[in-house]
Amino acid sequence: MTLPLHQITTAPPRRGSRVRAFEPYLLIAPTVLLVVGLMVVPIVIVIGYSLFDNVVTNQNPQFVGIANYLKVLADPNFWNAVENTLVFTVLSVVVHMVIGVGFALMLNSKLVHALPRAIFRAIYILPWIFTASVVAVLWRLLLDPSGVINYVLTTIGVLHQAVPWLATPATALISVTAINIWSGYPFFMISLLAGLQGVPADLYEAARVDGAGLIRQFFSVTIPALKPIIFSMALLDLLWTTQQFTLIWATTGGGPINHTEVVSTYTYKLAFNSYQFSMASTSAVVILVASLVVAVFYVRQQKKASQS
Amino acid sequence: MSLAMKARTRRSMGRVLLYIGLSIGAVFAGFPVLWMLSSSFKSNAKIFAFPPRLVDGSFSLSAYFAVLADPVKIGYFVNSYVVAICVVIITLVISLLAAYVFSRYDFRFKSVIRVVIIGVQAVPPITLLIPFFGIMVGLGLYNTYQGLVLTYVVFTLPYAIIMMTAYLDSLPRELDEAARVDGAGSMAVLWRVLVPVSVPGMVSVGLYTFMISWNEYLFALTLTQTDDKRTVPVGIQLLMGQNNYLWNEVMAMSILGSIPVLVLFLIFQRYFIGGLAAGAVKS
Repeated sequence: MTLPLHQITTAPPRRGSRVRAFEPYLLIAPTVLLVVGLMVVPIVIVIGYSLFDNVVTNQNPQFVGIANYLKVLADPNFWNAVENTLVFTVLSVVVHMVIGVGFALMLNSKLVHALPRAIFRAIYILPWIFTASVVAVLWRLLLDPSGVINYVLTTIGVLHQAVPWLATPATALISVTAINIWSGYPFFMISLLAGLQGVPADLYEAARVDGAGLIRQFFSVTIPALKPIIFSMALLDLLWTTQQFTLIWATTGGGPINHTEVVSTYTYKLAFNSYQFSMASTSAVVILVASLVVAVFYVRQQKKASQS
Repeated sequence: MSLAMKARTRRSMGRVLLYIGLSIGAVFAGFPVLWMLSSSFKSNAKIFAFPPRLVDGSFSLSAYFAVLADPVKIGYFVNSYVVAICVVIITLVISLLAAYVFSRYDFRFKSVIRVVIIGVQAVPPITLLIPFFGIMVGLGLYNTYQGLVLTYVVFTLPYAIIMMTAYLDSLPRELDEAARVDGAGSMAVLWRVLVPVSVPGMVSVGLYTFMISWNEYLFALTLTQTDDKRTVPVGIQLLMGQNNYLWNEVMAMSILGSIPVLVLFLIFQRYFIGGLAAGAVKS
């Protein structure tokens, strides 16, 4: 049996290695296709939209350069949304941290028996089960002027009359922030619990031998040990909370009169309520840039944590 | 009083204070949920009864029956399940392939692709919303299951790949090498050797993916239009938007809509917490 020369040169082992060299590209192809097609391309599109006028709704968009950016950055409603987002986010992250550390420490205490510990832990994780859409309707029921929270506050004398928390300009932002605090702290708590269990017991032993009280132990053993987790959780939380849309959309819709407007609801309204897609894209790009700045900090922190 | 006794009273004092603190926390965390449950059993006329009661004479399951007897609302649940299950399957398969490559191969562009995958996680959903709307309309996928599934696959894929890669990295390479020596091809190594021992990692990825898909609201709201494609989170808001608030039905639907996540959580608790903690600390 004779074979043509070129078939002999491509002998099975070499063909196998050539296929193998090609293999990783084949296996990664679906991922690359999806990430490029539905992440990279959309980002390019939205940046493109932000540089034109009358996009989506108009046949002949006009290139306007950075004019849209100047318009958005000069819009007092945009800065109002930025301010609300900052208040909402900073308060949420700080209180998430405080509640998360507090609950994790209580659950981790040796003074608590095993069964109550399991029960309390289950109750504390509960808010995390519910999606923002459900959390929103639940708190609209609780905070209703005739709802149970107003009943309790008027009955014990804190309030003289019921307050429509989500519809009053002075209380709306603080109310949606409180709702976000309730729904978001379990994530902190769970991670911190895992972190606390990793703190070596002999560190506390050594501190106690040195005469450190509970508070001293907390600040010189617990906090330093948890610092990397707390810091990266705070950055992640910052990233997510600035992007929060559903909770605010489903409780106040940004109202009353823009008092709970955040950057995501501001952008959404520009696009889908007033069909100003160019302006909405511009605002979306500004949010993207801000998020990337936080993300860079996060990645740096992760690198530092993994090196130490 | 002896020193030992003093220490013991201090301990029990501490314990009492701790239980008081824990109970206050439990009211904060649990009362809203309890109230949701209790309201779902009331008649709508008694929702704001004065004074409010956790359990009143109107206790019944009628709100649940009303939700479960309405074909439109049942449809929201069907849609949510169809979308979430498709997303879990597709994300698992694609992320396994990608993780296998990242964990076991060296190739050009590897680190570039890796950096892009980590980086896109920081992209805010609202930034993608406007182009997605245009792309889905352009592809004829607006108001379809496929459009939502594709969207959620892209959203869940980066973190799924990172989690799966970390898992495969933790498995010894001797496993695949032994199979290779026996003549197994790359696919056989992945599906017959690595997948069977990667079940815990796949469960974590699957749970994460299911939760993201089941809970998502913004894109479900924007990329679907008709009731036969709406998912549960959007359906709950639509029920709220109707003229006369049917609070008991809204609460019943909220609870029914939260049961899948609750059940998954109860069954797979350790995977949830493992995945969460790993994601928070390592990703």
